[in-house]
Amino acid sequence: MQRRSFMAGAAALGLATPTSLRAQSRTEIQFWHAMPGVLGEVVAEQVKRFNASQSAVTVVPSFKGGYIDTMTGAIAAWRAGNAPHIVQVFEVGTATMMSAGPAIRPVHELLGENGVALDPKRYLAGVRGYYSDTKGRLISMPFNSSSAIMFLNLDAFAKAGLSTTDLPTTWAQLRQASEKLKAVTATPVPMTTSWPTWVMFEQMAAMHDVPFATLANGFEGLGTELRLTGPLFVKQVEYLLAAQKDGLFRYGGRDNAADGLFVAGEAAISFMSSSLRSRLEKEAKFKWAAVPLPYHDDLTKSPKNGVIGGASLWTLTARNRTPAEYKAVAAYFQFISEAEQDLWWHKSTGYVPITLAGYEKARAEGYYAQNPGADAAIIQLSRAEPTPNSMGFRLGGMVEIRNIIQEELEKALQGQQGAAQALESANRRGNVVLRNFEKANKA
Amino acid sequence: MERKTVFKGRLLPYLLVAPQLLITIVFFFWPAGQAVWFAFLRQDAFGIRTSFVGLENFQDLFADPLYLETLRNTLVFAAGVSCIALGTALLLAVMADRQIRGAGLYRTLLVWPYAIAPAIAAVLWIFLFHPQIGMLGRALNGAGIPFDYKLNGNQAMLVVILAAAWKQVSYNFIFFLAGLQSIPKSVLEAAAIDGARPAYRFWTVTFPLLSPTTFFLLVVNLVYAFFETFGVIDALTKGGPGRATETLIYRAYIDGRVNLDLGMSSAQSVVLMLVVILLTAVQFRFIERRVHY
Repeated sequence: MQRRSFMAGAAALGLATPTSLRAQSRTEIQFWHAMPGVLGEVVAEQVKRFNASQSAVTVVPSFKGGYIDTMTGAIAAWRAGNAPHIVQVFEVGTATMMSAGPAIRPVHELLGENGVALDPKRYLAGVRGYYSDTKGRLISMPFNSSSAIMFLNLDAFAKAGLSTTDLPTTWAQLRQASEKLKAVTATPVPMTTSWPTWVMFEQMAAMHDVPFATLANGFEGLGTELRLTGPLFVKQVEYLLAAQKDGLFRYGGRDNAADGLFVAGEAAISFMSSSLRSRLEKEAKFKWAAVPLPYHDDLTKSPKNGVIGGASLWTLTARNRTPAEYKAVAAYFQFISEAEQDLWWHKSTGYVPITLAGYEKARAEGYYAQNPGADAAIIQLSRAEPTPNSMGFRLGGMVEIRNIIQEELEKALQGQQGAAQALESANRRGNVVLRNFEKANKA
Repeated sequence: MERKTVFKGRLLPYLLVAPQLLITIVFFFWPAGQAVWFAFLRQDAFGIRTSFVGLENFQDLFADPLYLETLRNTLVFAAGVSCIALGTALLLAVMADRQIRGAGLYRTLLVWPYAIAPAIAAVLWIFLFHPQIGMLGRALNGAGIPFDYKLNGNQAMLVVILAAAWKQVSYNFIFFLAGLQSIPKSVLEAAAIDGARPAYRFWTVTFPLLSPTTFFLLVVNLVYAFFETFGVIDALTKGGPGRATETLIYRAYIDGRVNLDLGMSSAQSVVLMLVVILLTAVQFRFIERRVHY
C-alpha cells in the first residue's frame, strides 16, 4: 500500500513538473484513476492524446491504487478541501457518489453550463442507464465498462466429445456439458466462477427481469429493500450447490480470485469479466470462446440485457474551483466520447465501447469478424431495452452487500446452510446495510 | 543507585519533552480523540450530513451476533499467533545460541523475514498453500487430504495464523537470543556441575531467567496480533471464507474504508482500544508478579 502510493506520488510528480513548466496559461486538471499496469498506460496515452489535441487544458493522471483506495482517497481529499477534479469510481460506488450532493457536479449540469452538447443517447443503453438519474440525465461520465460473460475451453469441449461450434446457452445445457467434461476429466474441474455476486445474482436478476431490490433496484429511492429470497436466486444457489456436490463446480474465491482457474486450464467453464480477453490472448494455452452468460430457459425464452461492471468518471467540487476548471473537465469528457477515441479505447483495453458510434465503427472495420467473441459483452448489454430490473443497481453500501452475499454463499458451499437459509440471511443483513445508508443519507 | 538530574527552572524540562509530547498528541491523541468523537456520530461517506446519535453505534455493534463471532476469531487468532511465534522463536534462539559453526549466518537468515512487508509475506504463503497453485496445497490435495483454505474456515484460520506468526518469529528470535546471551554462563555451569541435564537446566534456570523477555514479547505479540496483522489477512483471505478469519481490526477496516461507515468503524476502534488497554493492564497486574526480574 505504502509502496503503491509512493509510486503513484512519484508518477504524479514526474508528470506534474514538466507540464507546469511548459505553459502557465493552461488549466491543469487532476485526474485520479484506478487502472493498474497496462490499463494505466492506456489511460496515460489517452490523456496525452487529449493534451496534444488542444492548448487550453493539461490533464494530469495519477494512479491511486485499486478502486476502493481511489474512491476513499478522493473522499478524504474532498473532506480536506482539495479533491481532484476527476475521479474514477467503480460502478458499485455509484449510489454513494450520487448521494453526495454538494461534493459532485453532475455531468449533465457540467456539460450544460459549458455549452457542450452530448446527447445521452450516444452511449450504449446498458452503460448509460447505470450512470443516469431517473430522468435519464447523466450524472457521471461513462468510462471503462465491461460485462460478465461465459468463457469456454474449447480444447476440453473437444476432448469430451462436445460440439465446439454449437455452444451451450442455458444452465441446463451447461449441466449436461459439465457431466461429460467430468466423465473424461477434460479439466480437473468442469466449472467455476469469478465475481460470484455479480454473475450469479446481479446479472441473473437483470437477464431474467427479476428484481434484485425494490424501487427499481434502488433507482427510485433510498427506501429500497432487497428481494434476494425470490425463486430465481433459490434456483441459482441450489444449482451451484448441486453442481458442487456432484463435483461439477468448484468455488474459486471472492471477486476475481477464480480468474486463474480458467486461464490455467483448471476449469473448462467460467464466468468472468469480458475485460479478461487480453489476458487470455496472452496466457491461455488452449482454444477458447467467449459467449453471453447462460440463462434458465424454463424461466425466460428471451433473456434481457446484462448489467455492466467497471467504472465511471465523477467531477468533484472544491471551494476554490474556478469555472475555467469545470470547463476543462467538460472538454476532456467531450474528447473521450468521440467515436474515434472510443474505438481506440475499446480496442486497446478490451473494455466495451461506451458509445454506439464507437461500436458501429469497430463493426464496420471488421474488428469482431477478426476477433470473434469480442462483442459478446456488447451483445449481452444491448440485446434488449433495459427494464427497471435490468438498468443497473443503485444501492447504498453495495460493496458491503456484495460481500454479505459472498459470505452467505460461502457458508452454503461449506455445507453449513441450505440455499434458502443463505438467501434469507443475506437478505436480512443486506437490508440492515440499506437502512443504515438511508439513515446516514437522509437530507 | 539512581542518578537524578534536577532542573532549576520549569521551562527547560518542558521544552525538552515538548517534541515527544507533540508527536504523541498529533499522531496518537488527536486521531484517537477523533475516533472517540466519531463513534457517537452518524455520517455519510463525505461527512455532508452528520448527526449525533449517542450510543446507537455501540448498541448496533453489540446487538450484532457476527461481531461477537469476530471477537471469538480474534481471540483464537491472537492466541495462535502468540503461541506459535513465541514457541518457534524460543526454540530457534536456543539452537542458535549454541557454539556452532556459522552461527552468525543462521542468525542473519532467521532475522530476514522481519524485513519483508506483510503483503509480500502473504503472497509467499499463497504460493505455498493455494489449493491449485501452491506447492503444499497441491501436495496435500494430491495425497488425498482435501485442502482448500478458500472454502474451509478452519484451514483458512490456520493459514493466516501461520503466515502472521512466521513474520513475528524473527522479532522474537532477536530478543530471545539477546536474553539468552545475557544469562550469566556461571549460573548454567554451576547447574551443570551439580548434575542437571540440559533439559532440566533449561526449564529451571534458563527459562525463569528469560521470563522478563518472554513477558515483554508476549505483550508485543498480542498487540501485534490484534493490530498489525491486517496486511496478512487482507492479502490471504480478506476475512473469509464466510467470516472465518475476520478479526476485530480487519472488520474495523472493512467498515470504515470499504463500507464507508465511519461511525461504526470508530465505535469498533474504541472497543478495540479498550480491549487492548484492559489486556495490557491485566498482564501487568497479574502476570508480572510471577515474572522473575
